[in-house]
Amino acid sequence: MDVSVAIPDEQEYSFTVVKWFSISAVLYLIVGALVGDFIAWELAYPELNFDNPYISFGRLRPLHTNAVIFAFGGSTLMATAYYIVQRTCHVRLWSTKLAWFTFWGWTAIIVSAVVTFPLGLTQGKEYAELIWPIDIAIAVVWLAFTFNFVMTIANRRVSHIYVANWFFLSMMVMITYLHVVNSLAVPVTLTHSYSIYSGVHDAMIQWWWGHNAVGFFLTAGFLGIMYYFVPKQANRPIFSYRLSVLHFWALSFGYVWLGAHHLQYTALPDWTGSLGAAVSMAMIIPSWGGAINGVMTLSGAWNKLRDDYVLRFLVVSLAFYAMSTFEGPVMSIKTVNALSHYTDWTIGHVHSGALGWVAMVSIGAIYHMVTKLWGKDIYSVSMVNTHFWIHTIGTIIYICALWVSGIMQGLMWRATDEYGNLVYTFAESVVAMHPYYVLRAIGGFLVMLGAILMLYNIIKTISGAKQPEAAAAKV
Amino acid sequence: MSLQEKLEKNVWALMLMTAMVVSVGGIVEIVPLFYLENTIEKLNKEEDGIRPYTALEQEGRDVYVREGCYLCHSQMIRPFRDEKERYGHYSLAAESKYDHPFQWGSKRTGPDVARVGGKYSDEWQIQHLKAPRSLVPESVMPGYPFLEEYIIDHTLTEKKLRALAMVGVPYTEADFAGAAASVKGKTEMEAIVAYLQVLGTMVNFQEGKDYRE
Repeated sequence: MDVSVAIPDEQEYSFTVVKWFSISAVLYLIVGALVGDFIAWELAYPELNFDNPYISFGRLRPLHTNAVIFAFGGSTLMATAYYIVQRTCHVRLWSTKLAWFTFWGWTAIIVSAVVTFPLGLTQGKEYAELIWPIDIAIAVVWLAFTFNFVMTIANRRVSHIYVANWFFLSMMVMITYLHVVNSLAVPVTLTHSYSIYSGVHDAMIQWWWGHNAVGFFLTAGFLGIMYYFVPKQANRPIFSYRLSVLHFWALSFGYVWLGAHHLQYTALPDWTGSLGAAVSMAMIIPSWGGAINGVMTLSGAWNKLRDDYVLRFLVVSLAFYAMSTFEGPVMSIKTVNALSHYTDWTIGHVHSGALGWVAMVSIGAIYHMVTKLWGKDIYSVSMVNTHFWIHTIGTIIYICALWVSGIMQGLMWRATDEYGNLVYTFAESVVAMHPYYVLRAIGGFLVMLGAILMLYNIIKTISGAKQPEAAAAKV
Repeated sequence: MSLQEKLEKNVWALMLMTAMVVSVGGIVEIVPLFYLENTIEKLNKEEDGIRPYTALEQEGRDVYVREGCYLCHSQMIRPFRDEKERYGHYSLAAESKYDHPFQWGSKRTGPDVARVGGKYSDEWQIQHLKAPRSLVPESVMPGYPFLEEYIIDHTLTEKKLRALAMVGVPYTEADFAGAAASVKGKTEMEAIVAYLQVLGTMVNFQEGKDYRE
């Protein structure tokens, strides 16, 4: 078959919905970072809670996590999945109407989250706080997204399904499964319900969800993004097909087991936590398989990193990915976990994944898509470079601050003197955290600043403003 | 044609295979917890005082969940020497068997509260919730003075207990009947203090006994 004949014209793809999802993703990145940075300042200066229930840390923290994971991450995933599936299958979306349904449905869910969390409406399970009617809406929109995606693949004009799409499929299957099982609850009112699970069972199911929201939503899905945009931006084929097959199946099989490592030394039976830790260690291999496959795609084209800032975002995201997928297994080792659990180290680890890996690969993908979707060169290349450095420095400040504070907390809590008495009160450990909480908030502020710069650059690009570099060159 | 190649050419087969592969971990780790008898410790008569929360305590627990307390306070003491010194006996699975949802938490921005019950007076707890830094100057906790102004909606309490009974909490008809009256006119502050004061107090631990075999 002559593929070039089969590729539809740009006009025939459903790209308008991709544009909307892309712009929303950038907006949600700013909102998510803004809320996150505000609550970071609350931890450094608790007066900022103002004794006001609607802005207290406990109510805004779920808003931050949900805004970043589901609003920013989710919109990025839907934008890229719709974009990639059309490009790699050489066919228009199965249903543009259904795609618009997912856009407005997802937007409505995000708006309802912004309203319900400050009001204190929550189910009280981390990363699954949204109340039951919203949970049902999520399931409906997610299934519509999945169905549209699968049907588009079924209609493809090429014989093989491209590797990026395997990862998206794996994410869709597992997230459906996790979301439904973890959210089962008995409603009391329209806004209140009780989980059907209790205690140790609820804990295990919650962390099976919690870790796989990371493993499938924030990893498998974003690996799908990586598998399309890294080769595209570098203009090279993926380094190794075999490696992608191997790491796809190993990752899909393995990630599911890891939830138990969040419950080391708790009342969860020991065998479950140990099993979770053992598989966590093994997961370094498939995780690094993906990172190596992405980075090595540049082999022979390293010089592109010098002036292609979008590619820099993509490649540095893989470096962060490799780092946090090494750090994660280390933290799941029981002796390390005994120190790291309950401390800021965990929060730092999550952010090296979220800011370093997820956000950077998304930012790279969105810059790439914007130029393709609107058919225009980026307004300011140097602004992308500035964004890259602000984001990277912000992320590194954030992670380093919480490494120090996390390890310090762990050591202070367990310190005993020669008579076996505790050396520090809990309050003393809180005081010791203050400088690191300030640093962390500064790091987060930089990330938010970068995102605002990105939005400005994208708006200028779309509106067709004259590039400042080009304008300067003419003078 | 290899299996991988077949899967790459058939989206339905690829989905089915993926669904099977991702199911294994959950089945091995989660399903046994529901039937293995030693998942929740067996306590003898002298030890076992674990009961469902009273209506007021449960209302207090709902406030605890609503305010997101679990995001900074764990309720799960690990079997380490320093945690025993600081917080008390390590937590048992049995102690949270009526907790829908569980509130073990994952972060200690503040201290663990699994055994905070009885540690401080009611007056201390109320003052601390209203203005944490008036008692602990180093604290970074938000203040919750508004809990004293919020009155519990007693008309919902019975419905709440019935919903919990549906998911396995052994409430009786007498509990349902008395639910509304026992919380009527109470503030959320009274409720959350009642909840905090019962935390970790239901088991009568025996010195030196190993509860996790």
